[in-house]
Amino acid sequence: MRSLNTTKTKTGLSNSNLLFMIAGIIFVLMYGFALLSFPGSFMQFQTFFDLFNFNAALFIVTLGLCVVMIGGGIDISVGAVCGLVTMACAMLLESGMGNVWGALFLALGIGLAFGLMHGYLIAYLEIQPFIITLAGMFFAQGLLTTLHKEPLNVTRPAFVALRNFTIEIPWLGTVNRLGVFIPCEIKPGVLVVVVLVLLYAVFMKWSRFGRNLYAVGGNRQSARMLGINVKQTIFCSYVICGLTAGISGFVFLMTTGAGNIGNGALFEMKAIASNVMGGILLNGGVGNLLGAPIGTMTLLTINELIRAAGVQSNLQAIVSGLLLYLFIVLQSIVMSLRGRSKFQLALLPWLKSHRTSSEKKAGN
Amino acid sequence: MPRLKRRINNLSHLFLPLSVLVILIIINLIKGADYFRITMVNGALYGNIPNILFGASELVILSIGMTLVTAASRGQDISIGESGAISSAIFVQYVLNAGEVTLCTILVGFLISCVAGLVIGAFNGTLVSFFNVQPMVATLILFLGGRSIAFIIDGKVSPILANEISNRIGTVIPGVPIPTPIILTAVFIVVVAVVLRTTNLRLYVEAVGVNPSAARLNGINPKKVIFLTFLLMGVCSAVAGFIAVNKAGRHDSVNLLKFIMMDAILAVALGGNSLGGGKFSITGSIIGAYTIEMLNRTLLRLEVNPEAIKAFKAVFIIVLMVIASPVVRVFVKKFLDEAKTIVARYSVRQTGGLNKGAASITDTTGKKGE
Repeated sequence: MRSLNTTKTKTGLSNSNLLFMIAGIIFVLMYGFALLSFPGSFMQFQTFFDLFNFNAALFIVTLGLCVVMIGGGIDISVGAVCGLVTMACAMLLESGMGNVWGALFLALGIGLAFGLMHGYLIAYLEIQPFIITLAGMFFAQGLLTTLHKEPLNVTRPAFVALRNFTIEIPWLGTVNRLGVFIPCEIKPGVLVVVVLVLLYAVFMKWSRFGRNLYAVGGNRQSARMLGINVKQTIFCSYVICGLTAGISGFVFLMTTGAGNIGNGALFEMKAIASNVMGGILLNGGVGNLLGAPIGTMTLLTINELIRAAGVQSNLQAIVSGLLLYLFIVLQSIVMSLRGRSKFQLALLPWLKSHRTSSEKKAGN
Repeated sequence: MPRLKRRINNLSHLFLPLSVLVILIIINLIKGADYFRITMVNGALYGNIPNILFGASELVILSIGMTLVTAASRGQDISIGESGAISSAIFVQYVLNAGEVTLCTILVGFLISCVAGLVIGAFNGTLVSFFNVQPMVATLILFLGGRSIAFIIDGKVSPILANEISNRIGTVIPGVPIPTPIILTAVFIVVVAVVLRTTNLRLYVEAVGVNPSAARLNGINPKKVIFLTFLLMGVCSAVAGFIAVNKAGRHDSVNLLKFIMMDAILAVALGGNSLGGGKFSITGSIIGAYTIEMLNRTLLRLEVNPEAIKAFKAVFIIVLMVIASPVVRVFVKKFLDEAKTIVARYSVRQTGGLNKGAASITDTTGKKGE
């Protein structure tokens, strides 16, 4: 009976989906806790949208890193590339030569250049990804400080219009103390996030490249045996990550409107943490791409929650570290219990829907 | 002769760090011929080489620990700077609260900070070995929260270590010409070398790094070995923090050993070690660490714009890694072999095979061909 059950359940849920579900449940619990403890601020839809409005660049960086992590690599240059793009675009716009489209192309170009360099060196010359992307990070930081040291505010009218442009949702909003209805606002960066999430999710799930990437990340040797072009796949993943970092730089500039040396600092660490919370493993081959935005939302909710609780700024880092610790341990326990057969019997009877009632009795 | 050849073969993994070192020295000599000059200033050696040895002392100690962690756990510890900051904060607090500062208080404080390092190492090691978390993710926790812990231990202001003994530890002891951090680093390296020579640590770590399941089947507990390497890493970071805080004379929780993990990982890679675990060479990592310090100082010496130093460093690393990459190496080897055979044939034809050197070359190429 037991063996019958285990074979059935094994086909039900893959590791990726299990981790994704854990990430989703954690996010819902986290946000529910936030709603219960601070109903005043978290009940408003605007608070939820602001998570996206102010952190659109982080969401995009996390997506790009997620693609590389599924392929079994790592890219720690994303934050620095994002910062470099903001400064380069700000300088281009301020110099008066290019227009907004030119800045966008510059952003894409810088991202693509870094992606191509990383991809070629890692995939075709077989150098360790950590070292190459570390060098890429140093390179981007060096270029950033060489370009301009002081913060640079973009004053070009066309760009300022884009920065201040917001989309209002007329049927959703809050009434303030004076009784005036304030509709919710969304920045255009959020639309970019949504489009990219959908695009990448479809791409990873149903395209040949996406499935190849999962195979390569899971086991490079067997992927090669299956006839997958491993080098090309890895190359493409880094190019995508670089491009995404370029886009995120432009979105960052669209939100803040200024080029600054500190832009995108520590994004790589935040992105890695978000991806881990979203159930994407660093080893590669495991993870759902939708986990990346969910992990980012969890991380941001935690930060908002700690800020709302009025904890001292030094304790904030410690508390968020502790929460990260809890999630990591929880994930690891679930994964290790899954390795034994006991856990599948314990969890899955109420997760699986298409069972007969007799089995339900036996399971419970 | 064959013994010497084997010796040289054993040293082949040091090819990369040593060649980089040679290149850097040549660049420096071109810039100014007085590179190796050492003078005595205030009873201490002063010059480029002592400065490099002095400046790289923490990095060398950390890269030793990083080599062990990388070899056993197939990942990197990115919280070393933070754990050094925490353990040195505890050391500073103990010394400041002890009242009169004697050598004994410093020693006890150092031991307490080592215990703190062990606790941090145990925290990371538990996550990595028993919960099977990837090392980078596990140490990300302390990376994010560690500096705040150090700040809270400090108690808001950055405390100043204004006593004679710690000043001497940070600079020089009167009568001894060599700066004290260099001596401490040398002692640490000797201790590590003795431990690696006399115990089975190297064998166990390499076995676990190459294949954990095979190591388990052979009676080595991979979890225990990985845990042990993280404990050693904790001690290494405590020692590095001790040296750094004595050098600086005050404990700055925000900037002490900041981003040193990048340099330490780079040192491990420059030393010819794989970041994917397995066989390791401590010598390579030590040379790699000194190389990084030398590179930094060379860029300063060449009067590179301080804003652009990082970009130059990156270009240097990329060029280096391209030269050392396996694909390029195989290509160059093939190319050299072909060139050798052509040269050998030519010389054989010329001298009728009497030339001893040419004969030996044909011998070796023949062996390779087989």
